[in-house]
Amino acid sequence: MIAWLQSRAGRWTAGGFAFLLVLPAILPELMPANQANFWLGNIFGRAIVFGIIAMSLTFLATYGGFVSLAQMSVAGVAGYVVAITVNGAAPSIVGGLTYVTAIPLGIVAAVLAALFVGVVSVRTRDIYLLMITLALAMGFFRFVETNIAWFNGYEGIRNVLGPTVFGLPFRDPHVIYYVSLLLAATLYGGVLYLVRSPFGLVLQGIRDNPRRIAALGYNVALHRVAAFGVAGFIAGCGGVMMTIYNIGISPGSVGLGATINVLIMSVIGGLGHPIGAFIGSLIFAFFDTFAATIYDRNRFNTLIGIVFLVIVLVSPDGVIGLAKRSYAYLKAKSAPQRWDKPT
Amino acid sequence: MTLQLTLTILLNGLTLAALYFIVASGFSLIFGLMRTVNMAHGSLYMVGAYVGYAVFEPLYDQDVWYAWYVGLVAGMAVAAVLGVAMQKTVLGWMQGQELRQALVTIGISIIVADQLLANFGATSRQFFAPDAIFGASFVPGVGRYPTFRLFQIGVAIAVGIGLWLLLNRTKVGLMIRAGVDDRDILSACGVNVPVVNIVVFALGAALAGLGGVIGATAQPLAQGVDGRFLLISLVVVIVGGMGSITGTAIGAILVGLAEQVGQALFPTYSVILTFVIMVVVLALRPQGIMGRAR
Repeated sequence: MIAWLQSRAGRWTAGGFAFLLVLPAILPELMPANQANFWLGNIFGRAIVFGIIAMSLTFLATYGGFVSLAQMSVAGVAGYVVAITVNGAAPSIVGGLTYVTAIPLGIVAAVLAALFVGVVSVRTRDIYLLMITLALAMGFFRFVETNIAWFNGYEGIRNVLGPTVFGLPFRDPHVIYYVSLLLAATLYGGVLYLVRSPFGLVLQGIRDNPRRIAALGYNVALHRVAAFGVAGFIAGCGGVMMTIYNIGISPGSVGLGATINVLIMSVIGGLGHPIGAFIGSLIFAFFDTFAATIYDRNRFNTLIGIVFLVIVLVSPDGVIGLAKRSYAYLKAKSAPQRWDKPT
Repeated sequence: MTLQLTLTILLNGLTLAALYFIVASGFSLIFGLMRTVNMAHGSLYMVGAYVGYAVFEPLYDQDVWYAWYVGLVAGMAVAAVLGVAMQKTVLGWMQGQELRQALVTIGISIIVADQLLANFGATSRQFFAPDAIFGASFVPGVGRYPTFRLFQIGVAIAVGIGLWLLLNRTKVGLMIRAGVDDRDILSACGVNVPVVNIVVFALGAALAGLGGVIGATAQPLAQGVDGRFLLISLVVVIVGGMGSITGTAIGAILVGLAEQVGQALFPTYSVILTFVIMVVVLALRPQGIMGRAR
């Protein structure tokens, strides 16, 4: 831990986390109070919430080589289970549970859903995995959109206000911000710890050469499915936060657009390190909010599509890769550049 | 359920399968030769349909008989041009980096969908079929049935036979089949593989455009159909097997029938049936029903 904090990556991470911790105190000094709350909730808070979901994809892609597009659906499973079971949601479909029981239930459901995705796609790789997970995600979307009895169809379920934390209502931007930040930091630390554990090393071995790992006596399929389960836990946590953040969930939250948005965040930030998910989601939230000022009020998708396209064309490992290369370039101008490396 | 109703549902499933086959065969063709997962295939469908409509509408207002046919050709041509442009500008030079190609086409599809929304708005549109294939015909056992939907089956059969003849009876088809097996050796034999790629991409994209105009005549065209037809293409080729025309036909029939039968028997759960089929096929044959093991 101490050694890690003394490394460059450790210093940057600790510094970034400390900055985010004191950010709510800095923002009101820079701008009027209502603007500070907007930045805190709608830009940084949202970036952290969606960053958690994007990190579940980054984890799978970076350490397992699985670009799964089902992560938003897995998050949606957690969100829907909370919305269906918790008291006070409108319409009340099952109800009767408090947040203390509904949230763990949602996360368990997300893990089960993720394990299912892992089992279905266990014999596929690369683009086949991408296609199958996308098909599963769209299947989930069309199912919740057409099913009234359990998911209230197109309208979805509203009024999921969230619990009170230490006597404070969840709707306070500071509460949402700090809960998401601590959750994200815990999960982020957990991912970094996990990938150094024997499980994480086997997973990275599977990414590089599944046959050799199988020859060493490891059960490749089991490790793959378990990796999906871990990613499901992360996505489930993010899905619960997303549902509370949005005060409800509807099919639009798990549709093709939302699914692709998670991919965009991960890719813009960079598939290569979990921090990329949060960098990507911050950039995404920024563009989403200021698209009106930059290009045109209604043309956010064109803007973010162009940003995404440019990143994929110029720097397949995203902003992190760009930063790393610029750093290496500045440090030693003769450093070889790896343009040929696919994502 | 009466016999007549059952037959009607089955015929509905087959006509839907015909449309799915037309669209998915283009996707499968491109994938089979180049291993490119064209995530913008749904966008090509939508571009073909919208541009076809923009050409069709003024001609239809002048009441000329060939309005629909001109729209059809325009839709196919525009989709083919867009497909070739994609292959030439970005996809061609990253050949072999399959995941990156998939990401690039996702980026393109986002931009295309947004620009179509900007230019054509969110109102839904629908072609009017020309008089020759408009109205209803008598089908034994079913009764009166929309002629256009029968025409749809005819087009799908024509596309299937045409593709079979192209692949098995022409020199270009010989090159494509050789390319599916081993691109490097084909290239070493003196064949200009990038040109074959462009021909195949134009053909696959034109099929998406053809599907777009046919689909927008049978059912209204609105925002979001790109996602729907991308999904259909994915499921059809996953079920049928990548790069196999016969497999695509089998996949399309299974998915089309599952959708209609599902909607008739258990409306709000019908979507699940399609995915049950996909999951079962993946569990038993990961390469798809007609796919070859790699």
